Amino acid sequence: MIKQIAALHSFRGWLFTFGLLFAAIILFPVLNIFLPEESFFHIPDYMFPLLGKYLCYAMVALAVDLIWGYAGILSLGHGVFFSMGGYAMGMYLMRSIGKEGVYKSDLPDFMVFLDWKELPWYWYGFDYFSFALLIVFLLPGLFAFVFGYFAFRSRIKGVYFAIITQAMTYALMLLFFRNNTGFGGNNGLTDFKRILGYSLQDPSTKMGLFVITALVLFLSYVISRYIVKSKLGRVLTAIRDVENRVMFSGYNTLHYKLFIWTFSAFLCGLAGALYVPQVGIINPSEMQPANSIEMAIWVAVGGRGTLVGALLGAGLVNVAKSWFTVAAPDYWLYFLGILFIVVTLFLPKGFIGIFDRFTSKNKDREVIND
Amino acid sequence: MTSEKNQAEESSVDTRHGCILYVENVTVSFDGFKALDGLNLYIDDGELRCIIGPNGAGKTTMMDVITGKTRPDEGTIFFGQSLDLTMMTEYEIAHAGIGRKFQKPTVFKNHTVYENLELALHADKDIWTSLLKRLNADQKETIEGALETVGLVEQKNIRAGLLAHGQTQWLEIGMLLVQDPRLLLIDEPVAGMTHQETEQTAELLSSLAGKHSVVVVEHEMDFIRSIANRVTVLHEGRVLAEGTMEDVQNDPKVVEVYLGS
Repeated sequence: MIKQIAALHSFRGWLFTFGLLFAAIILFPVLNIFLPEESFFHIPDYMFPLLGKYLCYAMVALAVDLIWGYAGILSLGHGVFFSMGGYAMGMYLMRSIGKEGVYKSDLPDFMVFLDWKELPWYWYGFDYFSFALLIVFLLPGLFAFVFGYFAFRSRIKGVYFAIITQAMTYALMLLFFRNNTGFGGNNGLTDFKRILGYSLQDPSTKMGLFVITALVLFLSYVISRYIVKSKLGRVLTAIRDVENRVMFSGYNTLHYKLFIWTFSAFLCGLAGALYVPQVGIINPSEMQPANSIEMAIWVAVGGRGTLVGALLGAGLVNVAKSWFTVAAPDYWLYFLGILFIVVTLFLPKGFIGIFDRFTSKNKDREVIND
Repeated sequence: MTSEKNQAEESSVDTRHGCILYVENVTVSFDGFKALDGLNLYIDDGELRCIIGPNGAGKTTMMDVITGKTRPDEGTIFFGQSLDLTMMTEYEIAHAGIGRKFQKPTVFKNHTVYENLELALHADKDIWTSLLKRLNADQKETIEGALETVGLVEQKNIRAGLLAHGQTQWLEIGMLLVQDPRLLLIDEPVAGMTHQETEQTAELLSSLAGKHSVVVVEHEMDFIRSIANRVTVLHEGRVLAEGTMEDVQNDPKVVEVYLGS
């Protein structure tokens, strides 16, 4: 088993991966704590939630790449799974506010505002972190499993599947926008105070959350890499290329598609749960169709079917987004659109493809289509 | 071929009566057009059978109904005595021991030749095995053997999309070999092959008969003459004639609809 995992990367690949992990979980905190603030290498406190947010997006990109890059199933509804994880964590964070809300009530503020007298039944259990975690682990995957079962069993594919996922995210967004649904309506869940007793305002909590996110991303990456390097990964890419042939070779492709679809949703939910305490808010706008489309763009920009490309793409696009929303907020969507077109026309393998050109080994990695 | 032991699916194909495939009274219609019209076809265990017929005779549709791609409107298809193929899905049929080679060569173009064979290899094909197990020594040997048989040893690490046309045909035949089915359905195996490749293919298919039952659909008459004992002529979704190549060629009905034109 260890041998198999070690074989996932070349020595240099592992060195690079562990280098990044080391930077995130040791170097950055050290630079923050031990260097004086005026030093060039000092990492300011506000950087950690920001970097943490990027790492969450990177996890989402990983999830989208597994399903799209490898299995060829384009999902434009991964925002739903992200939000499910996010809301589950948000509900716990709401409950842990206690009576410190604006209205000094045991109920979350928005419920007092709606004049609700008691907690709806589906909020039971979210007083406990372990219960919230269980929901984070189970709900997005379970939902995806049921959705995927019916969609894949009916052999819905390609653009039809993508459209259905868009409809799914749109429908759930509308549902969550309603105040009566009981998740804070369009304001969503916010004003969190603490997680597991640690104040969310405290810089060390923020740093801790960042370090945990980095570790979870690292693990997710290794597991994903294991999956795509196994025979299962090869079956998935075969399904992407000629599904019929895979069936006539004796594989139940429904099981394979369901497996990777469910795992992808699970990863996405996990990312959402890590995202919410660092960003401090979750609301239905996360389920906007455009958000889910953006997730697919990250992967396309970075390079599909490589995992590393997805991580790179999520980083590049989101750093650009952060810069644009400050410098030229009106032009962000234009930029995103142009970027997508340019990548599609000139970099079919995404940005990762540029590196491939210099390493002759991967020169023929381009996907062969009929 | 070293086939694995304990293959429950295979041993359950009951051929005690000497017959491996029973196609009885099968009708398939598309928008009123009867692609198959009460087709009856029996394939003996270990037989090599050629199926010919003019375009639109229902040859490919026949393959489709046997492999579960198309459901018949009427009729029954049994694999051995007990497996009702009309009630099974594509992958179940494949798993039960029916392999198919498509008219247009269909291989996994982004996978290497070796990986193509690995994917086709007769083995447990559930997700957990695929996720956790590696090829064992026996399986590797089977793949190496198939590479040799189809002459692609040197190309084993090349992606299949980069192979020449003839090599692609051979790779697909190799995939069928490692899948180790009881019954092989082969649609136009020598289309686009050179004369020499055609001869080699004829030799290979002949050597398969006995261990496997083979059904070949082909237009190439010389090729059929060189391999077939028995030939079935399809016409308008029905069997027009059946017998040795000679019998069939001299059958006035066949001459009229097919060979005479």
